[in-house]
Amino acid sequence: MASTMLWASRAASYLRISVFHRGFSTVLKDLKYADSHEWVKVTGNAATIGITDHAQDHLGDVVYVELPEVGAAVKQGDSFGAVESVKATSDVNSPVSGKVVEVNEELSSSPALVNSSPYEDGWIIKVEMNDAAELKNLMDSEKYSKFCEDEDSKH
Amino acid sequence: MPACIHELFVEFIVSVYHRHHHTYMHAFGIGLTGLVVALGYLMKQKNHHISLPLQLLLPRRFGITDSSFYVCGPALKDIKGKSPSLKFERRKKNTRPGILVRQLHIEEQLLRTSSENWCIINDGTNDPTIVMGFSGKPAELLEIESVLHDQVPVIRRFTGGGTVIVDHQTIFVTFICNKETVPDLQPYPRPIMSWSSSLYSKVFGGIGDFHLRENDYVFGNHKFGGNAQSITKNKWIHHTSFLWDFDVRNMAYLKLPKLAPAYRSARGHLDFICRLKDYMPRSTFIDKTVEAAGTQFSLRSLELEAVVTCSETEFRPSTRFLTNEELAAAAAAVSEQQLGLP
Repeated sequence: MASTMLWASRAASYLRISVFHRGFSTVLKDLKYADSHEWVKVTGNAATIGITDHAQDHLGDVVYVELPEVGAAVKQGDSFGAVESVKATSDVNSPVSGKVVEVNEELSSSPALVNSSPYEDGWIIKVEMNDAAELKNLMDSEKYSKFCEDEDSKH
Repeated sequence: MPACIHELFVEFIVSVYHRHHHTYMHAFGIGLTGLVVALGYLMKQKNHHISLPLQLLLPRRFGITDSSFYVCGPALKDIKGKSPSLKFERRKKNTRPGILVRQLHIEEQLLRTSSENWCIINDGTNDPTIVMGFSGKPAELLEIESVLHDQVPVIRRFTGGGTVIVDHQTIFVTFICNKETVPDLQPYPRPIMSWSSSLYSKVFGGIGDFHLRENDYVFGNHKFGGNAQSITKNKWIHHTSFLWDFDVRNMAYLKLPKLAPAYRSARGHLDFICRLKDYMPRSTFIDKTVEAAGTQFSLRSLELEAVVTCSETEFRPSTRFLTNEELAAAAAAVSEQQLGLP
């Protein structure tokens, strides 16, 4: 998908036409979502975090992922790392507060996993949460889908 | 029977109104709506920068006697929509690469800690300096041996994008905006790039077949402007290095990048890039850029000291020089890899 999008982008550029992103994004039911387009999968006190399909689609081909150190503290809403896509670095913000217990080292050699598998192989960090009550500040899949539709329709 | 002509006329008007008042009311409503829409359009055309504040910074000397800064920054939003006046101060050219790092530190700090919108226009440095993007790998992008031999400074900046070698001929233009500042603009790389292109289209106005091509500013298919961005939760920065002129010898420090745009078609540096000075006088370019910014923002001046000293956060910028040791280690790692050594 990423290479297809790249070809389409280059063809569009040669023809000097705008490239439009897809009209829809995949949203998974069992995840929680932040308004900065990160997802979190919670199992007990453990949280797996990544960016959504909507985000990766809008960012373009990811060429680099800046990962935090294991053991670093993260706070809900604050940046913990970044992704680079073509000319831009974009902050990735944590949907929950806690401590980083694992980072996805695969992304160092295969950053495009964020594009091709944003909810599975493209996960970015795993966190031991310190305040499960914060989850209520996040959106469920239905609200997030609506949020994305509203955001895209305004532009 | 009416007693006089005017009574007859009034009776006629009243009778017509009673018969056709619905039609008249509809026509009146449509006409009034049209008038309001037309007035609103005209006002928007005339005052389209009302809602977009941009302050102007008066540059501050950083202890260097001949630094060069055009700076304009955003204005505090005036609820009544009045635009404050614009002031500029021209500084002389930079002499040290340290000023370039300081410039990038300021930009990064404004992005991370300021709630205002900014535009900064700056000249380059006297000494050629290499500026790599966020994830740039020196061994892939630079002729490290030559860089080390000639002691060319290498900076890693906080924004994405590729590698440039800048000198006193380069012009830098930076926009730092809150994500809701530009109406209908999604805070993602491609929309921001497209917005910037439309702004510069006003600057070049058809000169030299200017357009945005795969994230580069080109005349025809020759690049003269490189772009880079950084996007946070609530703000974004888009900055451009314009090749006003360049010394061909400096291109020898750069390798052909692996991730090159398709339109480059494997052309060497000198066949790929062109000089902005061949298309527009320097002062005209800067004036027209400010003018273009003024069509979308209301510009206001501010003392740079106030910006720098008012920062209440202990901000640590990520932009920095790469050391000789880092560059040498990068070169050594590649050599070992090529030799098949662990």
